[in-house]
Amino acid sequence: MEVRDKLAILADAAKYDASCASSGAKQTRAGSKLGTTEGMGICHSYTPDGRCVSLLKILLTNFCIYDCQYCVNRVSSDTPRARFTVDEVVSLTIEFYKRNYIEGLFLSSGIIQNSDYTMEQLIAVAKTLRTQQAFGGYIHLKTIPNASPLLLTEAGRWADRLSVNIELPTAGDLLQLAPEKKREQITDAMQGIAETITETKSEEQAGLHPPRFAPAGQSTQMIVGATDSPDADILQTATELYDKHQLRRVYYSAYSPIPHADARLPGKSPPLVREHRLYQADWLMRYYGFDTQELIVSPDRNLSLELDPKLAWALANRQQFPIDVNRAPRELLLRVPGFGVRNVEKMLSVRRHHQLRTEDLRKLRVAWNRARAFVITADHNPALADLDKLDLARRTQPRQRQLLLFEAAESARSGEV
Amino acid sequence: MRFVQAERFDDWRETARELLCAEVPPAEVHWSAESDSLLFADELAPAAPKTIHVPPQFVALAKDVAFHRDSRRWEILYRLLWRLTHGERQLLEISTDDDVHAATQMQKAVKRDEHKMHAFVRFRRVLEGENESYVAWHRPDHLIVRLAAPFFARRFSAMQWSILTPDESVHWDGHELRYSPGVPATMAPQQDALDELWRTYYAHIFNPARVNVAQMKKEMPVRHWATLPEAQLIPELIAQAESRVRTMIDTREGFATSAQQFIPAQYDLSSLAAAAHNCTACDLHCHATQTVFGRGPATARIVLVGEQPGNQEDQQGQPFVGPAGQLLEETLTQAGLQRSELYLTNVVKHFKFILRGKRRLHQKPGSREIAACQPWLAAELKVLQPELLVCLGSTAAQAIFGRGFRLTSDRGKLITTQFAPRTLATWHPAAILRMTNEIRQQEMREQLVRDLTISAAMLA
Ligand code: SF4
Repeated sequence: MEVRDKLAILADAAKYDASCASSGAKQTRAGSKLGTTEGMGICHSYTPDGRCVSLLKILLTNFCIYDCQYCVNRVSSDTPRARFTVDEVVSLTIEFYKRNYIEGLFLSSGIIQNSDYTMEQLIAVAKTLRTQQAFGGYIHLKTIPNASPLLLTEAGRWADRLSVNIELPTAGDLLQLAPEKKREQITDAMQGIAETITETKSEEQAGLHPPRFAPAGQSTQMIVGATDSPDADILQTATELYDKHQLRRVYYSAYSPIPHADARLPGKSPPLVREHRLYQADWLMRYYGFDTQELIVSPDRNLSLELDPKLAWALANRQQFPIDVNRAPRELLLRVPGFGVRNVEKMLSVRRHHQLRTEDLRKLRVAWNRARAFVITADHNPALADLDKLDLARRTQPRQRQLLLFEAAESARSGEV
Repeated sequence: MRFVQAERFDDWRETARELLCAEVPPAEVHWSAESDSLLFADELAPAAPKTIHVPPQFVALAKDVAFHRDSRRWEILYRLLWRLTHGERQLLEISTDDDVHAATQMQKAVKRDEHKMHAFVRFRRVLEGENESYVAWHRPDHLIVRLAAPFFARRFSAMQWSILTPDESVHWDGHELRYSPGVPATMAPQQDALDELWRTYYAHIFNPARVNVAQMKKEMPVRHWATLPEAQLIPELIAQAESRVRTMIDTREGFATSAQQFIPAQYDLSSLAAAAHNCTACDLHCHATQTVFGRGPATARIVLVGEQPGNQEDQQGQPFVGPAGQLLEETLTQAGLQRSELYLTNVVKHFKFILRGKRRLHQKPGSREIAACQPWLAAELKVLQPELLVCLGSTAAQAIFGRGFRLTSDRGKLITTQFAPRTLATWHPAAILRMTNEIRQQEMREQLVRDLTISAAMLA
């Protein structure tokens, strides 16, 4: 098979992977001759689905001995199969990079022979790039479930980021759909990586020069909607991953249904907007001081599909409003629907010089439609009267509903809402 | 009115400093870029030089704004400088101020353009004799070549490259950056062998189920498409997206048939066996004589699972009737079990072999076939609900316990699984027959009898 045919198959197989950003590794590896990791998040192209193309995102092979029900590459699927050699991936990466097509490599793989063997192949790619090609660009390796801890340490030496997929929101879901993968094995692997990252950092601070280890941290991906676990459980798992295992990012990927698949799977995919809502909630938890419990306001323990989670929270907690933009502390301003972190920083700085009026807020480009019913400004704000109206939800909704369906891809990339 | 000119930040800084020292207010200065200036600047009366203090953010802001194409940039910057030094020291903190706003918008545009240049430059390889270099042509919105170039020098430090633009070009020889006048697009190489591979990647990383052209155009403005090799595919990809999604659904692309779709909605053992005779879920049915389904009473409390039928089983249509079946029968008797009370079946229901002359040699089933056939076994076990499930050999054991199961270390252990409260794995009689070391063969045989005895006792 020609490299081009393999590339077609193995890019196809990777296209459902949500994680794509190259971020977090600021300092370029010493001694590199080609490539840097500055300029994080450069998107070299966009495909007609509006998604960023930043890395050469491929599988080493899509052969797999596992049979995870939600996965296209599972052994029982008859998708066309291909396998790259280590050298083929190395040379594709280098040649693409030299033409400025990409920021680096995102390499994942189906499992061939056994976990350790597969992991060794992935490591061989990264190591060859670093040692033989003096490549300093970004490398993200997706680790193989159940690979030995020693191999993960080795992988971290050469990669900027490692990821271990949590796969499904709860241990019960895993048992049901991917019985060969165990929750503990997954979280143990994450823990191992987290500890080595911390050790490496503290050694660096102590002035030692430990070998590099995944300087861009670790991330994970979770399939959403393959089981009926509600958003509350999903966000709970995400919180644990951020807190306990110090993950940089949790990616959510909406499950797509497989015709004639196992009866254990749902026949419908969750609306894409659910993926988007989860990213929004995730962002609010990490940067806006919200916790899971607060964000889940509906009795079915799911996020609202119609309203963004902050607006849903504000509508359910109207007694906390209106908020005075000239007096309220940072934490409270962050809770106003339509105010972003950067908006709030600017407000805090402008209001030291003069009182904020509605016109100022517009200049700061806050989402005024959403915010106006919730804030007191220095001038008269007529929209404030809407706060007690029952149809406030409708009045504050963004008009272009359709757009929402596509925002998920963008929020996956930037993590921003 | 004073007419002054500046092309780059340093020119502006020098002139602005002189004007400021001479206390010339912004309203009395007319700024122009060097190229379109016909008038000469008046000589300023030399004023006493004084040190000008501005916040460091202003210098950073002004340096960026200087790369903007808009000719008003110099006057806005001078006005800001004037106001900062005339009683409004905190001016930059007021992002809602018109001048601050205008300057920060310009800065944003420049930064964005720089970012896009880092992203959209496409090098093409040029070979001249032994010498390899990379050349790109790009059209930035603003005058940012000098802003963006150091990034490329760091990133492609060991390469020789040039980036050509209509305004200005830049060259890197591995040591230093050199600038030269702008050139038209026709001066750049038009092709690279790698472009084709890159287009292949681009076409396949695109998910046709999620078309969002507006988002793409926002992030990758159409004016840049001409220099992006992948962009020529866009119209075609968009046009085909809908039909690609349809065929994906129609042909169930990527999803194999498994025995699942041959299983009737309602079933018992005999309807399952009948249905399995028509199974075509994997290629094994093409060569084998017939499906060899499980055999035994529906009331059986013990189920034995082997790997797959052999030569004789294939011809007779019954499991465990060849040499391995005979050995199994002997060991069952030794263990005090009666074959007629048990249900015997296999993980894979068709014989897999290769032809050697006239002989059909047994071949291990592949994971694809095991996965395809698995639903039959699952359905049998669902009907039978055995109290004891015995896996004969590692294929059966791995089908039941998962890939990680090792027969050598976990043989003979009773474990609860979703299929039966007691499940255990032991040697396959065929493996005993194949063993060439006689002592080992005897030992394995005894172990098989012992495992069967223990399990039989559990049921008694
Ligand atoms: S081996 Fe199993 S899955 Fe394959 S055709 Fe035969 S019965 Fe069907």
